[in-house]
Amino acid sequence: MPATGAPVRVSAVSKHFDNGLQALSDVSLTVAAGEFVSLLGPSGCGKTTLLRIIAGLATPTSGSVGRPTGRHDMGFVFQEPTLMPWATALANVELPLKLAGLARSERRARAEDALAGVGLAGFEKSYPRELSGGMKMRVSIARALVTQPRLLLMDEPFAALDEISRHRLNLDLLALWQQRRFTAIFVTHSVFESVFLSQRIVIMGTRPGRIASELPVATSHARDEAFRTSADYVAICRLASAQLGQAMAA
Amino acid sequence: MSVKVVAPLVLGLLVLGLWEEAVRALAVPPYILPGPILIARTLVADWSTLAPSLWVTLSITLAALGAAVVVGGVLAVLFSLSRWVELSLFPYAVVLQVTPVVAIAPLIIVWANDVDLSLLICAWLVAFFPILSNTILGLRSVDRNLLSLFELYGAGRWRTLVYLRLPAALPYFLGGLRISGGLALIGAVVAEFVAGTGGNASGLAWRILEAGYQLKVPRMFAALALISATGIAIFLVLTLLSHLLLRRWHESALDGQE
Ligand SMILES: Nc1ncnc2c1ncn2[C@@H]1O[C@H](COP(=O)(O)OP(=O)(O)OP(=O)(O)O)[C@@H](O)[C@H]1O
Ligand SMILES: [Mg+2]
Repeated sequence: MPATGAPVRVSAVSKHFDNGLQALSDVSLTVAAGEFVSLLGPSGCGKTTLLRIIAGLATPTSGSVGRPTGRHDMGFVFQEPTLMPWATALANVELPLKLAGLARSERRARAEDALAGVGLAGFEKSYPRELSGGMKMRVSIARALVTQPRLLLMDEPFAALDEISRHRLNLDLLALWQQRRFTAIFVTHSVFESVFLSQRIVIMGTRPGRIASELPVATSHARDEAFRTSADYVAICRLASAQLGQAMAA
Repeated sequence: MSVKVVAPLVLGLLVLGLWEEAVRALAVPPYILPGPILIARTLVADWSTLAPSLWVTLSITLAALGAAVVVGGVLAVLFSLSRWVELSLFPYAVVLQVTPVVAIAPLIIVWANDVDLSLLICAWLVAFFPILSNTILGLRSVDRNLLSLFELYGAGRWRTLVYLRLPAALPYFLGGLRISGGLALIGAVVAEFVAGTGGNASGLAWRILEAGYQLKVPRMFAALALISATGIAIFLVLTLLSHLLLRRWHESALDGQE
């Protein structure tokens, strides 16, 4: 059963925390089925908060969110790998299927596939501490993908990695997305990453967190390593930087 | 053998040698301070009296430790499942912990009306708190994002406990267990001192008291040596257990592996 993307609709969402801080103010955002959208913004502008609200892990103070309803329609990649240290890579990836009540043999097979899909075949029996930072992140992505979600939410998944691993994983992620066509919402504070990955960049401003502007990544260039040095890429990066600067100044 | 074993062993032998030399050179009478060789001889000669006592003390200690694991562990899980249970019960656990066991031992002996049982209760009282408080801490110290992940997949309270909270709490529980192992032994010995008498069979504390009355100081030392050896053995076994359970994944079990 090939996964097809699910649309997401965020309508007029505001979030006040108990301590009185307003993290989000009147955020509205529509993401089409199968679209790859980046949320770009400075630290503290409410990106994580918004992503958690979209996932249903936090409730908005006002406004509403439309998202796929099935439990296994969603995958979430946290900023840290967030693996269970006592479980092998395979067992970590199996977890969502185990919680879904799948039979052992089936979940094993699917978890092995998912690990192979992120280039980690042969590391099934490794414990997280035996893996490098980038490998742990891959396990985390495999876990998010193993349920074949229609919506993949990622919270700065590559922020802690070196540039080489980051570029590698960017390409892998794009390949997976092109193959599966899930809807992707990708949080980042890197202009370059957002331009390289997404079809549309949503730029957020701070105090309180809000959407400042949107920027389509309009290019006909193929998304490969060469894209990073293309004129389109440079132009769009410049635009995105300028809009980000505006959002932070406003 | 590693330095970890050899270094303390060499130091120990050195101290014992010096002790023996000093006792001989100064001609200290054995009823004041016996030398290690005499103590070892006494241990062998009195083995038929000491061995059953060792067994009594050991079995009370282990039973108390077992009860501490069960009660401490179950209470910790209950506390983690219900804030109300914790709020209402935890203060009493603290009260039990801060009350000196010597002070309540006489009461317990009166109430339990059976020496072995009261010794067991005293040892248990001393032993259970570290397991309880450590396990509670462990059950709470779960990565927030892992909790979110379980929530996202609709795991529910029970499966979150079994698949997430319990494994996360294991290193903490084992840390508490190592402390409790020593405390259970201390509790068993102290309580027997307070009781001042053995039950149907007497433990090592009673042997020390008895030898003291009879001024058999070498036997006091022999019994003392057995208590220390028991404590060390319990510690080593629990350390090994903890190492075996955690070695694949926990930071605490990694030293010397890199
Ligand atoms: N549980 C909470 N209680 C109170 N305030 C919070 C809570 N979580 C986040 N905040 C506040 O909300 C604001 C937005 O936080 P959020 O984590 O969403 O930012 P972010 O954009 O993800 O930042 P970063 O890029 O640094 O991860 C911050 O000012 C933060 O202090
Ligand atoms: Mg964040």
